[in-house]
Amino acid sequence: MSNDLDDTLKQLVGEAKRAVGEAGDERALDDVRVRYLGKKGELTALLKSLGQLAPEDRPAAGARINAAKDELQDAIGARRQHLSREQMARALEAEQVDVTLPGRRDAGGGLHPVTQALLRMEDIFVGAGYSVVTGPEVENDYYNFEALNIPAHHPARAMHDTFYFADGTLLRTHTSPSQVHTMEREEPPIRVICPGRVYRRDSDLTHSPMFQQLEGLVIDRGISFADLKGTVIEFLQRFFEKELSVRFRPSYFPFTEPSAEVDVQCVQCLGEGCRVCSHTGWLEVMGCGVVHPNVLEMSGIDSETYSGFAFGMGIDRLAMLLYEVDDLRLFYDNDLRFLRQFN
Amino acid sequence: MKFSESWLREWVDPGVDRDTLFDQLTMAGLEVEGSEPVAPDFTGVVVGEVVDVTPHPDADKLSVCEVSDGSERWQVVCGAPNVRTGLITAFARVGAVLPEDFRIRKAKLRGVESHGMLCSAAELGLGDDHDGIIELDPALTPGADLRAALALDDVTVELNLTPNRGDCLSIRGLAREVGVLNDRAVAEPEHAAVPASIDDTFPVSLEAPAGCPRFLGRVIRGIDIRAASPLWLTEKLRRAGLRSVDAVVDVTNYLMLELGQPMHAYDFNRLSGGVVVRMAEPGEKLELLDGQEVALDAETLLITDAGGPIGIAGVMGGERSGTQPDTRDVFLECAFFSPLAVAGTARRYGLHTDASHRYERGVDFELQHRAIERATRLLLDIVGGSAGPVVEAVAPEHLPDRRQVRLRERRLHELLGVEIAAAEVDGALARLDFELVARVDGGDDGVCWTVASPTHRYDIEREADLVEEVCRIYGYNRVPARRPQTALALREVPLTRSPESRLKQLLADLGFQEAVTYSFVDPRLQDLLDPAATPLELANPMSSEQSVMRTNLLPGLVGTLRVNLSRQQERVRLFEVGLCFVPGAEGLSQRLRLGGVCCGPREAASWTRQSEPTDFFDVKGVVERLVEWTGQAGRVSYRPAGDPVLHPGQSAELLLDGEPVGRLGRLHPEIEAALEVTKAVYLFEIEGETILSRVVPQHRGISRFPSVRRDLALVVDREVPAAAIESTVRETLGPLLVDFTLFDVYQGKGIDSNEKSLAVGLTLQDASATLTEDRIARCTQDVLAALERAVGARLRSGGAPG
Ligand SMILES: [Zn+2]
Repeated sequence: MSNDLDDTLKQLVGEAKRAVGEAGDERALDDVRVRYLGKKGELTALLKSLGQLAPEDRPAAGARINAAKDELQDAIGARRQHLSREQMARALEAEQVDVTLPGRRDAGGGLHPVTQALLRMEDIFVGAGYSVVTGPEVENDYYNFEALNIPAHHPARAMHDTFYFADGTLLRTHTSPSQVHTMEREEPPIRVICPGRVYRRDSDLTHSPMFQQLEGLVIDRGISFADLKGTVIEFLQRFFEKELSVRFRPSYFPFTEPSAEVDVQCVQCLGEGCRVCSHTGWLEVMGCGVVHPNVLEMSGIDSETYSGFAFGMGIDRLAMLLYEVDDLRLFYDNDLRFLRQFN
Repeated sequence: MKFSESWLREWVDPGVDRDTLFDQLTMAGLEVEGSEPVAPDFTGVVVGEVVDVTPHPDADKLSVCEVSDGSERWQVVCGAPNVRTGLITAFARVGAVLPEDFRIRKAKLRGVESHGMLCSAAELGLGDDHDGIIELDPALTPGADLRAALALDDVTVELNLTPNRGDCLSIRGLAREVGVLNDRAVAEPEHAAVPASIDDTFPVSLEAPAGCPRFLGRVIRGIDIRAASPLWLTEKLRRAGLRSVDAVVDVTNYLMLELGQPMHAYDFNRLSGGVVVRMAEPGEKLELLDGQEVALDAETLLITDAGGPIGIAGVMGGERSGTQPDTRDVFLECAFFSPLAVAGTARRYGLHTDASHRYERGVDFELQHRAIERATRLLLDIVGGSAGPVVEAVAPEHLPDRRQVRLRERRLHELLGVEIAAAEVDGALARLDFELVARVDGGDDGVCWTVASPTHRYDIEREADLVEEVCRIYGYNRVPARRPQTALALREVPLTRSPESRLKQLLADLGFQEAVTYSFVDPRLQDLLDPAATPLELANPMSSEQSVMRTNLLPGLVGTLRVNLSRQQERVRLFEVGLCFVPGAEGLSQRLRLGGVCCGPREAASWTRQSEPTDFFDVKGVVERLVEWTGQAGRVSYRPAGDPVLHPGQSAELLLDGEPVGRLGRLHPEIEAALEVTKAVYLFEIEGETILSRVVPQHRGISRFPSVRRDLALVVDREVPAAAIESTVRETLGPLLVDFTLFDVYQGKGIDSNEKSLAVGLTLQDASATLTEDRIARCTQDVLAALERAVGARLRSGGAPG
């Protein structure tokens, strides 16, 4: 009897395992399970037939049948796992994409390169406690010239080829009027930068009738030319992120005394001489000076108690150097093929 | 200012080489802009002496010359009309290489051998005179290298002088400066008085002494104005960028370059009465030397004689009294005009001359005697004649006062941030020709200097000017650099205003490229894009295309869009933030605005989707996003705009609390056509004040109770604006409505042609309770009733409230 049972079990398990192995999907596998292990399954039937055995044989026979069931259960489990892996692999295969195809996105825009240069400047100065001040672009003669120690007929007016309107107002030639407004409005200590559009009747590779300027003004007790030098040098080194040499040349602006032009070591050739610096190794980048006492006094600041410095630079000019743009007019041409290069 | 380096070195030997000298000038504030050789390269040319001249046997115009090069004699064929025995000239020997690689070889000219060539100035690149061979100073030694003999290894230096340094507009001034920089003596040429040999004078009177406090005149009779200016003189002029005219003009120009004193020579026989320097009278006219006639205004200082104006003082002489090829007698003018009298004049008449350039910056008011004597000497040497006595008219009280200025050692140190030794200050002031009036030592201010400025400086008015002078001589680059010490104030960061940079970044993130366009625009474009406005006009535009100030941002943006479309750009998204200039009853308003334009496909071309053309709702979406960013979404509304530049059916006004603050929509198709833009252009423009305002967000809490959504398919008349439905729903439901979505708009089959169907989704949520089905149903009924009342809406058939 026990041999018969063993044979039957062996045959059944063998048959069932084959069927498991042949089951091509989850459903076929389940059919196999039902056929052998279900309520009416063949192995289940064997277990039910234990009652026909002698009571002393039942435990051993039961154990063998259960072992066979377990064996088949394991085989089904293994097959199920195999099938699910296979299915996943097929799904993965089917879902494969060409990862080199471009992504889906909205086309981005960007800030104008001069704006980017300006924001960089603002970042540097605002970090040291400067406030940003803006003002009108149509100004009157007083704020653009008189208050800056440039009376009518002064030859320095020829340095500013000015656009005028019929009523005598004008387009500001520098952002200095914003400084005057600030001095009239605020008490020292003053630390401001004044960025904005300015206008001069001039147009060539390095001049545009409209360009953007950033001027700075610091007024406090004990402010000196040495403070100006320190500020200008540090700014230029931070802006270009290079330890550039900077030199100060005596110059003339009616609103500062002493006045200086600032040359920075050429950012391209680092002083070796190249086309950008006209082979001089130097680039003229800004004008600056100690605020003229007349200017302080006209704005109601005591020039004996306070002193200050001012500087001004073309944002466009510095942007040209930073981004290696060789024609200023490109900035105002607004060709998308140009602008997108800075996105 | 142009000058020859060798001329400067005749006045002062700086003891440094060319590059160092130029660097010194630049670093002293006299910027060297560039330099050019005064002569092109050539070799093998020597000083030659024409020893003998015989006619060429076979050619009328050629001569056969014997030329000595100092050691040998050569036979040279020459075609110059001025070749003559004894002439010292430029001799290019066989083997010489002239400019442009012209090699001199032994040659036969009409059968006569020629061993070299006698050269004209033009052939040597020394000007454009090719009428004859060059006539050199007879004192030169034959055989000497010509380059050395004429100092041709010289350069013309171009200086970029700031307006305060009128004192450096002469060799004398530059030499003084170079002397100061190197602590070297300056050798002034002799300027001894030339005694009068005749008695002729011409009276001078000063009727406007403030403008002309000093006028020197001198009559010189019997000159030969056709006498050629010597080469040394014309070379100096040429190397300073001036052409030789005639000997008289050349001498006055020379004096202007050498001493900085402008002068003028009149034809004495064309003058009558006497010279009167006065202001112009109404209706007076003057024909200038350059031929143009100008109407004179009352602010103009004139030189006149009995016959009327003969020159604008310090600017230009008149035609009537000028020297002529037959002039025999001249009257020399050497005056001091005050800077203010000349400055405005030159500009008003658009006559910027070398003289006005110097007078308006300030000419040394003690220079006139020296200049007129030196001019006389040179004229007599060159054109001969006899000089009368110098007549001077002077109003001493109107001469510039030599202002006394005080310099305090303490202030000097404070303003420069460096302690310059008092002895160094003494030295600098002395070398700059300041006259020391007082020097007081001690007290809080340290040493106190009181100085009077030299007569050639017009830029020394107060202490700060002396601080600069001392610093300039001390050296700007010796001043240390330090960080300012100042109170560490924290800056204000307004809660209710966004920085412009954040706005710009947001637009960039929305796919817009920032443009910066000119604030002055083409009046035709401006008029097309804002026909109702009268823009501010520039009085002196650079071109008519840039002659009016924009009243809105459209001319720049639309113009830029157009240019980009013409450059093969399909899809354009541009924005600009800038001032617009709107004239109004209360004056000019300079308003910051944001504007944007879009054109072309909605999305950039991609394999992932088929892009539709941009339409109204793209630009509206941008505006909505911007408004949402400001926190003001609940306060804005949109209504159809009657804007003449926009498409009447696709444009809206943006209202904030009912007030217009912007607009959006499609450009009017007629304007698109006028601009030859073949695609629809959409745009928006919003007041900067609105878009940079920011509402500080207030936390409202998050409900713990579930929300419920109900969708309604409504049918309304086509004309009913969607906004009316939304506002009715919002009013009806109040705070219970947490979200309103309009998710479908349908017109067409199944809907009456006068109607449209809108599908809306209402999300309801109560802050304090779970919504019951009953309550939701009541709400839905209320909404439907309200919508029916307000806009005649009904549920779409078959669509039950779901
Ligand atoms: Zn370089």
